[in-house]
Amino acid sequence: MNNFSYNKVTEVAEAVADLTGHTNARFIAGGTNLLDLMKENVAKPDHLTDINKLALAGIEATEDGGLSLGALATNADTAWNELVEQKYPLLSQAILAGASPQLRNMATNGGNLFQRTRCYYFYDTATACNKREPGSGCSAINGINRIHAILGTSEHCIATHPSDMCVALAALNAKVNVTGPYGDRVIEFRDFHRLPGDTPHLDNNVQDGELVTSIDLPPSNFTQHFHYLKVRERQSYAFALVSVAAALELDGNVIKDIRLALGGVAHKPWRDRSCEEAFIGQEATEANFRALAEKILADAKGYGSNTFKIDLAKRAIVRAFSEALKNN
Amino acid sequence: MTTKYIGKPASRVDGLEKVTGKARYSADFKVEGLTYGFIVSSSIAKGKITSIDSSRALALEGVLQVFTHENVRNLPWFKLRYTDMDAPSGTPFRPFYDNTIRFSMQPVALVIAETFELARYASSLIKVEYDKETYTTSLYKNLSKSFKAPKGKIGYVPPKSRGNADAAYQDAAFKIQAEYKHSAEHHNPMELFSTTAIWDNEKLTVYDKTQGVSNCQFYIGNIFGLAYKDVRIISPYVGGAFGSGLRPQHQLFMAVLAALELKRPVKVGLTRQQMFSFGHRPATLQKLALSASPEGTLESVRHEAYSETSQFENYTEVIVNWSATMYACENVELKYELVKLDTFTPLDMRAPGAVTGVHAMESAMDELAFELKMDPLIFRLKNYTDEDQVNEKPFSSKELVACYREGAEKFGWAARNVEPRSMRDGKNLVGWGVATAAWDANQMPSRAKALLSIDGKLVVSSGTSDIGTGTYTIMTQIAAEILGIAIENVTFKLGDTNLPLAPLEGGSWTAASVGSAVKTVCEDVRKILLKHAVKTKASPFYQYDSTKLQIDSGEIFDPNDSSKGVSVTEIMRLAGVNSIEETSTSGPNPLVGRKYTMNSHAAVFAEVKVDEDLGTVDVTRVVCAVAAGKILNPKTARSQILGGVVWGISKALEEESKLDHQYGRFMNHNLSEYHVPVNKDINDIEVIFVEEKDDVVNPLGVKGVGEIGIIGVAGAIANAVFHATGVRVRNLPITMDKVLQIAEDDRNQVAV
Ligand SMILES: Cc1cc2nc3c(=O)[nH]c(=O)nc-3n(C[C@H](O)[C@H](O)[C@H](O)COP(=O)(O)OP(=O)(O)OC[C@H]3O[C@@H](n4cnc5c(N)ncnc54)[C@H](O)[C@@H]3O)c2cc1C
Ligand code: SF4
Repeated sequence: MNNFSYNKVTEVAEAVADLTGHTNARFIAGGTNLLDLMKENVAKPDHLTDINKLALAGIEATEDGGLSLGALATNADTAWNELVEQKYPLLSQAILAGASPQLRNMATNGGNLFQRTRCYYFYDTATACNKREPGSGCSAINGINRIHAILGTSEHCIATHPSDMCVALAALNAKVNVTGPYGDRVIEFRDFHRLPGDTPHLDNNVQDGELVTSIDLPPSNFTQHFHYLKVRERQSYAFALVSVAAALELDGNVIKDIRLALGGVAHKPWRDRSCEEAFIGQEATEANFRALAEKILADAKGYGSNTFKIDLAKRAIVRAFSEALKNN
Repeated sequence: MTTKYIGKPASRVDGLEKVTGKARYSADFKVEGLTYGFIVSSSIAKGKITSIDSSRALALEGVLQVFTHENVRNLPWFKLRYTDMDAPSGTPFRPFYDNTIRFSMQPVALVIAETFELARYASSLIKVEYDKETYTTSLYKNLSKSFKAPKGKIGYVPPKSRGNADAAYQDAAFKIQAEYKHSAEHHNPMELFSTTAIWDNEKLTVYDKTQGVSNCQFYIGNIFGLAYKDVRIISPYVGGAFGSGLRPQHQLFMAVLAALELKRPVKVGLTRQQMFSFGHRPATLQKLALSASPEGTLESVRHEAYSETSQFENYTEVIVNWSATMYACENVELKYELVKLDTFTPLDMRAPGAVTGVHAMESAMDELAFELKMDPLIFRLKNYTDEDQVNEKPFSSKELVACYREGAEKFGWAARNVEPRSMRDGKNLVGWGVATAAWDANQMPSRAKALLSIDGKLVVSSGTSDIGTGTYTIMTQIAAEILGIAIENVTFKLGDTNLPLAPLEGGSWTAASVGSAVKTVCEDVRKILLKHAVKTKASPFYQYDSTKLQIDSGEIFDPNDSSKGVSVTEIMRLAGVNSIEETSTSGPNPLVGRKYTMNSHAAVFAEVKVDEDLGTVDVTRVVCAVAAGKILNPKTARSQILGGVVWGISKALEEESKLDHQYGRFMNHNLSEYHVPVNKDINDIEVIFVEEKDDVVNPLGVKGVGEIGIIGVAGAIANAVFHATGVRVRNLPITMDKVLQIAEDDRNQVAV
């Protein structure tokens, strides 16, 4: 870990100004990811802008009937919030499937969006990694890639985005509100994270100096039929090998709307609206869920130790929708 | 014999200290003027260091020194000066000896600074250049280079074959052949290794995390040319070690080197990542072939194991030998070979060898029982033996049948259908598996001291260690029992080279070894007290026959005459003695060892629920029935077995050090990616201690419980997974992709 200066700010504008005043500064919220990266010399900020005192921890209903999640609300407070539990139970489930209670108490919603991949090589400066050191190579492609991506990969990087919360946010069409040196803007969730392409060092489309202030959830009808399924190597405190956010709006047994987002399989929560649309108006049957699974994974590619994920993801999709059907 | 303390579920005497944070572990000792070290680890697995540039680190204010092979001089060249009591044969690793890199994460530099943060930062500024050489870290790709495992390591006994296993196999009616693979595993105790070394120009005081203070004293004395008496190692608490503390680890050498050179106290700790830079449970490949008659008599056992070791030492452990003693069989062929790789030397890890070998043997037994269409428990009972056929000796005691019976009853085994996939719970397939376990019941020579003061307080001590197993507690119980004083008046001390010599804390022998020494020394003190009672004129028992007297609750009395009595303290006062101090030695009786084989045993029953679609395995119930002689403290002993079972579940389903052959480096070097069970993974675990009376094993009749609890678990779970799914997963850990047979490498998974 290198030396850095530190400032605790109280106003949003002050936060942005403080950060942009340094060459290589970072915001720090719960610190559950950033500090680990600093200890490993993966992140080497010269300055930390502590944003924990900003008034961004609220969770409030919005005028359109949706919900606004403050960037500094903790994952725990969000998951157990009454409004979230009532209106977006899928999100509650997803958050609670992540990390451990201790981590969720520290982790913030903003930080969760920015958490970096868990690729072993990314964390170990003795190895080559394009995400950590552009141009050095990708060790995972021919290495240990059990936890790596099967969709949207590139020859430069096959890392996954490890979040659970983000998978639900993707399924729910969330919007991310950011502010920064160039003003405020809203980023659709599907545009928030990036695929690796030839710029694997960029995880998302947030610009330097931009601060996430809140995450907005549009009104949703997925309070009846939803399920977040996380398949992992132990029953808690492990990242997803594959996770599935499944949600259905039904008319009888006919699908009125459907959402499917996958975690643990790509550099971003994986959604494919055209796949979903193909099943609107169809019966909610296991055969259809299986067909949907085949369709969304049609272009999946394995790299050896992670090839099993293709099959596992299909199984998980079918299971998640079967579970979603059971809720009411 | 009715007892007051021995055999009673006493709570840990150190419990309060631990839960209140008073207990001080090696990193907790504060010293005036302390400096901090941080180790730089090599990024390559093999080659030469061509240059080390420390200038940027040294330029920082507060950085005192950077030690590397270039500036560390005056170290002995003679390799045996680096040996230790748990070293296998070969050339021990010599830190900073030359510019050769022998394994990934080898310490290449040590930064010493005024603060830890500064040392850590400075370490990131050191530039090390290497000349890489090609290395080899794959066991499976180098099997052709295997060689017969040499002798030379404590606890290692070369395997002995008997009869003609190949011929019997050829002719047999029922047979199986199978290969089992185990990955390397790292100990990963919660407490990281840390050493604080203080040099006062004459004597060296060292706080270290270790399972053997005298081993560290020996190691440091030899390397740095110090008289043993001038090296004091202190280690009162150990936050788990599991074998990792049996050998001195890098930080001990580093802290002492720097303290001697800089003449300042130095603390050096390993990071979690660096906990993967030393010994580990070796990766292995095992090949088994078993055969039986149609009636289920085991006719041949062939067990081969190929295990990794480093280029510089030949680590050996007892992997295959158990297959020759667990069951009656006329024809047994054993083979144990090593393959040299460019990794650090493996190291004993809880039940070394047995965890690996017994998993394979017990899985193979299950495979053969299945061929025979026989209940696997009945098959085991059919081939039960009371004789150690290798050494042609009876067991000193072996209540394994009681383990099978009581375990099966508690588990409800009788209701089991032999057919796989015959039980279901919703989406889950349910399976039941059984396995046997055995472990040595050894005793090593030990010394203990007892000091009884006029205030009635007894201090007993021995230089052993308590790695969390409950040594403090059981030794206190033994002392209170034998001397006959209240347990509150007894203090046990350990973990200090100023105390009497004790063996390394390993092999499940501490209760038997140190316990026997504590017993002997307390008996000596008792005799002296009773002698005073009958020789002191003012004593109510003056000229009494001392053999008629007893001591209980600090009172000397004659059980047949309640009219008289005198307290221990009063008799000391009357006799004019202020204190009684005795030191005694206790060791194994060689005659007994010649006549008997001494083992502990266990039977493990496991229930798993396997998600049929997702392949995930949940161990819903485990019953572990243990025969380990006298149980000194059912509470601490139960905890040992529980911990063993939890680790067995870990071994079966989760644990694996992932070695990348591009780098020759373990990559999942943190507790997020190195998986061990979390609370949610653990369900019902039932521990049974069956009655086992053993008058010959040692004076206490104890066999030790530190390791027997883990040994059978992986086998029982693997067998239960087969029973649930009909898929035989032979490569641990049993992950969902192997169960679903969609793993890249599932050639060895066979479904029925
Ligand atoms: C062992 C372990 C297991 C875990 N398991 C899981 C899991 O199973 N599932 C899962 O989803 N997560 C898991 N996590 C990740 C955890 O959810 C994240 O670490 C956490 O959400 C990050 O939040 P934080 O507030 O601590 O972020 P920090 O560590 O404080 O920050 C992370 C990054 O986000 C940036 N940042 C933070 N807030 C903002 C903001 N408002 N605007 C702009 N940038 C910002 C920081 O600059 C930094 O770069 C795990 C973490 C650990 C350590
Ligand atoms: S997968 Fe991405 S993060 Fe991992 S080594 Fe390759 S480039 Fe780095």
